[in-house]
Amino acid sequence: MPQLLSNEARALIDREVAKYPAEHKRSAVMGALRIAQTEHRWLSEELVAEVADYLQMAPVAVYEVASFYNMYDLKPVGRYKLTVCTNLPCALSGGVTAAEYLKQKLGIGFGETTADGKFTLVEGECMGACGSAPVMLVNNHKMCASMTPDEIDKKLGELE
Amino acid sequence: MTVYVKGIVFENVDFDLPRCWSIDQYIQRGGYAALKKIVAEKIAPEAVIEEVKASGLRGRGGAGFPTGLKWTFLPKGYVGQKYLVCNTDEGEPGTFKDRDILAYNPHAVIEGMILAAWATGATVGYNYIHGEIFELYQQFEAAIEEARAAGFLGDNILGSSFSFQLHAHHGYGAYICGEESALLESIEGKKGQPRYKPPFPAVVGLYGKPTIINNTETFASIPWILRNSGQEFQALGKPNSGGTKLFSVSGHVNRPGNYEIPLGTPFAELLDMAGGMRGGKKLKAVIPGGSSAPVLPADIAMNLTMDFDAIAKAGSMLGSGAVIVMDETVCMVKALERLSYFYFEESCGQCTPCREGTGWLYRIVHRIEHGEGRPEDLELLASIGDNIAGRTICALGDAAVLPVRGMLKHFRDEFEYHIANKRCLVG
Amino acid sequence: MLEIEIDGKKTTVAPGSTVMDAARALGVHIPHFCYHKKLSIAASCRMCLVEVEKAPKPLPACATPVTAGMVVKTHSNAAVTAQKGVMEFLLINHPLDCPICDQGGECHLQDIAVGYGAGESRYREEKRIVPNKDLGPLITTEMTRCIHCSRCVRFTEEVAGYQELGLAHRGEHSEVMPFLGKTVNSEISGNVIDLCPVGALTSKPFRYTVRAWELSRRKSIAPHDGLGSNLIVQVKNHKVMRVLPLENEAINECWLSDRDRFSYEALNSASRATKPQVKKDGQWIETDWQSALELVAGKLKDTVAAHGRDSVAALATPNSTVEELFMLRKLMAGLGVEQVETRLRAADFRLHTAGATWLGQSIAELAQSDAVLVIGSNIRKEQPLLAQRLRQSAKRGMKLSVLNPARYDLLAPLAGELIVRPDQMVEALLTVLKAACEAAGKTAPAHIDLSSIEVCDASRSIAATLTAHSAILLGNLAAHHPRYAELHAAAAALAELSGAKLGVMSEAANTVGAQLIGAETSGNLFASPKKALILLNAEVQFDCHNATEALAAVRAADFVVALNPFADGVKDYADVILPVAPFTETSGTFVNMEGRAQSFNGVVRPLGETRPAWKVLRVLGNVLGFNGFDYESSEAIRDEALAGDIAPRLSNALKAPVAVKAQAASGLVRLGEVPLYQLDALTRRAPALQATADAAEPALRANAATLAGLSLKAGDSACAAQAGGKALLCVREDTTLPDGVIHIAGSHPLTTGLGGLFAPVTVERAG
Ligand SMILES: Cc1cc2nc3c(=O)[nH]c(=O)nc-3n(C[C@H](O)[C@H](O)[C@H](O)COP(=O)(O)O)c2cc1C
Ligand code: SF4
Ligand code: FES
Repeated sequence: MPQLLSNEARALIDREVAKYPAEHKRSAVMGALRIAQTEHRWLSEELVAEVADYLQMAPVAVYEVASFYNMYDLKPVGRYKLTVCTNLPCALSGGVTAAEYLKQKLGIGFGETTADGKFTLVEGECMGACGSAPVMLVNNHKMCASMTPDEIDKKLGELE
Repeated sequence: MTVYVKGIVFENVDFDLPRCWSIDQYIQRGGYAALKKIVAEKIAPEAVIEEVKASGLRGRGGAGFPTGLKWTFLPKGYVGQKYLVCNTDEGEPGTFKDRDILAYNPHAVIEGMILAAWATGATVGYNYIHGEIFELYQQFEAAIEEARAAGFLGDNILGSSFSFQLHAHHGYGAYICGEESALLESIEGKKGQPRYKPPFPAVVGLYGKPTIINNTETFASIPWILRNSGQEFQALGKPNSGGTKLFSVSGHVNRPGNYEIPLGTPFAELLDMAGGMRGGKKLKAVIPGGSSAPVLPADIAMNLTMDFDAIAKAGSMLGSGAVIVMDETVCMVKALERLSYFYFEESCGQCTPCREGTGWLYRIVHRIEHGEGRPEDLELLASIGDNIAGRTICALGDAAVLPVRGMLKHFRDEFEYHIANKRCLVG
Repeated sequence: MLEIEIDGKKTTVAPGSTVMDAARALGVHIPHFCYHKKLSIAASCRMCLVEVEKAPKPLPACATPVTAGMVVKTHSNAAVTAQKGVMEFLLINHPLDCPICDQGGECHLQDIAVGYGAGESRYREEKRIVPNKDLGPLITTEMTRCIHCSRCVRFTEEVAGYQELGLAHRGEHSEVMPFLGKTVNSEISGNVIDLCPVGALTSKPFRYTVRAWELSRRKSIAPHDGLGSNLIVQVKNHKVMRVLPLENEAINECWLSDRDRFSYEALNSASRATKPQVKKDGQWIETDWQSALELVAGKLKDTVAAHGRDSVAALATPNSTVEELFMLRKLMAGLGVEQVETRLRAADFRLHTAGATWLGQSIAELAQSDAVLVIGSNIRKEQPLLAQRLRQSAKRGMKLSVLNPARYDLLAPLAGELIVRPDQMVEALLTVLKAACEAAGKTAPAHIDLSSIEVCDASRSIAATLTAHSAILLGNLAAHHPRYAELHAAAAALAELSGAKLGVMSEAANTVGAQLIGAETSGNLFASPKKALILLNAEVQFDCHNATEALAAVRAADFVVALNPFADGVKDYADVILPVAPFTETSGTFVNMEGRAQSFNGVVRPLGETRPAWKVLRVLGNVLGFNGFDYESSEAIRDEALAGDIAPRLSNALKAPVAVKAQAASGLVRLGEVPLYQLDALTRRAPALQATADAAEPALRANAATLAGLSLKAGDSACAAQAGGKALLCVREDTTLPDGVIHIAGSHPLTTGLGGLFAPVTVERAG
């Protein structure tokens, strides 16, 4: 089987592993999956199996983790995954409006990817940023606040 | 937006300074003085715990458990590994205070944890950071490095025999990991599924070892308490609600944001600080303590002071201090639909009443909102709630029921109207 | 001790007990789904909620520790209200189609639901549908029925030792599943069928054959490995429909290996012989019993008369019952023939012990050992449930070490490991012995030569684990080894030195029983040619150490009579086939590895004209006019065969010293394991078992270095040759093997052309 995780990714995973007691290597599984996903955009079956192998875990145990936490993607996503919070506090301050705007602008619904494979739109739960609603997360790691339609347009323009 | 009115977590923080989070800035603000003092004077751990007890500090994560008391629950005379865990998995809708603490004052958390480690004998700690704030996770890791480089963290802290290792653990999207035992499972590399208690984490915690787990704001309060005194902290608030607290105000206000104010401040004042109602609309309802807290109608809210006891007396809870403000345009059925969806979506699924019940609740509210309500639905909602609450492994079950109960108590007519007329009372 | 009151009944329980434990001790039943006494506590189904005085809310009995003076009510209003609430939740998404569910009639959910008399459902939303999963040939899924109790998941992880099932996804969407595209391959996987309280996981072979209430339940004993698992055999119209465990904490606990559970399929196989058959001019002709027996009696008598008693021998598998073996031996004795052998897969007959070799203690005692050293055993495949027991012990702190010719994964923490070529197992054991000698400042017995032995760290650390409360166990790979006597002698010396108990894990259900009645010869029967052979349950191409040699011997004989339930295996070389009953169609006795004699009755009528072998042998005795062949029942035979206490007749001690001396390794050596599902005639014919991963075709396996040395790579075809025969096999890389080892399973149609299981082998690329 060809190795999917780059050596850089493996080094990052090793850093995670080092945080935990040696006999609890699996503690690093969340970090490892994040690193794997960041490198490959989504977690294919093979990638999950490779993480399992790397951390000496049963593959199904890794899959349990990957499928439990909703920022992991077990299906292909676009180059940019946009997650918009529509929870009540955000909804009160334009969260749903922002989501509707994105749907209409990108021509896709939640959980869908644009035909060019550029954007995937996801409905998010509270991101702990309700004070700056509407909030949008780009590729899981970049939080954008106060996403009015204008701001959304600006942001989409920046994403290549 | 973060506003320091009066308090301790953000004391002297200049939010506009680009690197106000850095260790230099923190030290300039008096940071790490408490640690230096305690290490230099070899203050007994018991004395530290006593000081925390005297402060009246109650957990800022939602349950409001007295912090000093919790620390004494570690097994007496236990030799062996103990852990300290900070809960920055802030995901309760409406709550966004801990992220700002990590953004503007992470060293307060680090110092708080080191002091707690001194007091409890824990030698390894983890800060569990909410998945959606990756940049702050990275910044926190940088802050840990700063503290380590300065000799505050790691082996032989400040030349003493005291050692404490601290690491950040990044979540990846599961509200339930805010629940302390789910959080521990998550650090162990498993699904975040709460454990049945007892045993409590203080006895059987991370990797089966005694573990103290506190909220970010709780830890961030410790340095101030030890730098000044427990009594001074207590005096900032009210009896049984010591100190100041961060309130995350969201919804229909002009200036949503975090406000650090003394416990016991009237809600009306907090609303003023937040710029009052947006667009001059009328206040309809307030959820005073995060989405799990029962909603309160405007009249009750406007007579409320923001402390543990007063809010409890009013039939809700202070919770995590997340104040969701709703104006007259809000349809309560729709509001509850969204909240119920959240608990349905976030239920970890292990225990039957929550796994099956949260979906059932959501589907009924969803039907009502979409004009398919039935007359018996409100009784059914109440009855399902009774079958969930108090019967689950963790408090998410209760958290899913409380908003339903609050809504049915104060806004029942709106639900009835919806069922009868298949449309909204408002708007 | 803590006092507790449940439903008005008082009892005292040990601190740390749960309310559920206390209730069980009192005989109070608390409804439950996720709780299982052998699994960790999940406390997730919430069915066991009870009222506890002073507690503000109902508490789960399974997880609530008893405190002093606790007062529990399991049927109070509060308790029943809580339980009913949970029941309602469990049913809202559960299909209420019990009449078509395979679990119907034996469903925990159904039972409890009936008890709660739920009326019309208040749930009027759409029900959840969950896609089914492919778990392999043994287990069928109906995932929509799953109630998320997680018992199956916990079983794979905690009992079977490797998490093959998970509960993936979250909340209402969570689903039990194996890893994508994987099946469940544990050798004890079928237990999840019993554990599943609803019809989500059911037996694939059994599925939809019959309704549970149409079955009658009969007790029996598993006929395969040496554990002697207790069985419930379920039958309908004299056909075995299903096999379940009969709980016996001392032996199989509440579990069953897949071999014991699913081998019954072979009982109903088309290859059963149903009438006596004789070969005439190369054609098989069915005949009646009388003619067949007269023919056999005449042939045997004539052969002895013409060629002498050494020209006749009997071979029986150690899965044959005490009664069968006793009658076989008695018949042979009547003919003057001494050669009756059951150690068909053995290659070394130098060992003589003071009694029948056995486990050396009870299974339950073994599980309490401080340390166990396993020598020559792929124990998970040889003794699946014993391996499970040792795994639980190892998790509790028992130090488990192995000395093996391959790095078998025991799915348990190991304290020490010595992995060597099969022809160096004696030498490796001597390093442990020498280490133990050095540590104790003692010397080994004179017949053991340690002069050239060099102690290594691994042997030292293994020796250090062995104390008075430990055990040294010899497995099938040791028993089949060409230097078994030396392995046994060295192990005995190590046991003597350390105070550990020496044990032998018997290969088959009646290995110990066979020894007790003396069904053993002084050496390899095939060493001298035979004119007549009697085969009891034996298919020599699969059941013997050296298939080529055995086949040559039966082909060279003038007359071969096979007493066998199946015709197809012996057709090639037998002259007469007498259809005898498998274990379900006869009464009999097996003596398990701990020396426990377990008798059983037939559970169904013999198929066609099949007869119990003990009866066939009795009539043969009558036909031959021998005295003492008038037993009325198998019990009468057993009482004579096993008269008196068994215990004094068990011993692993050497009667005569065996010289043990190190030998050098050379060339390529075969590792000829008997695969899990090739053990005996029944397992070889069970279709579902034959469809599992464990029944995959044998390959030529070697590690990368060995393959490189042979210029072979995985996927190539290669020809393996041993004295007298060849086999063409696919090449696979196997990282668990030491250098120079060629793993080629024995007892399999693809490898019957080969010789000794542990003999030298040469390998050439084919094609
Ligand atoms: C469903 C649920 C979610 C929770 N989420 C959080 C959270 O996001 N942050 C937090 O600090 N505590 C949260 N808690 C409370 C924790 O379980 C725990 O009580 C707290 O971290 C203890 O810290 P404290 O005593 O300092 O408040 C949650 C509890 C439940 C039941
Ligand atoms: S109450 Fe809900 S979230 Fe909590 S353990 Fe049970 S299923 Fe999981
Ligand atoms: S049996 Fe106690 S919660 Fe399931």
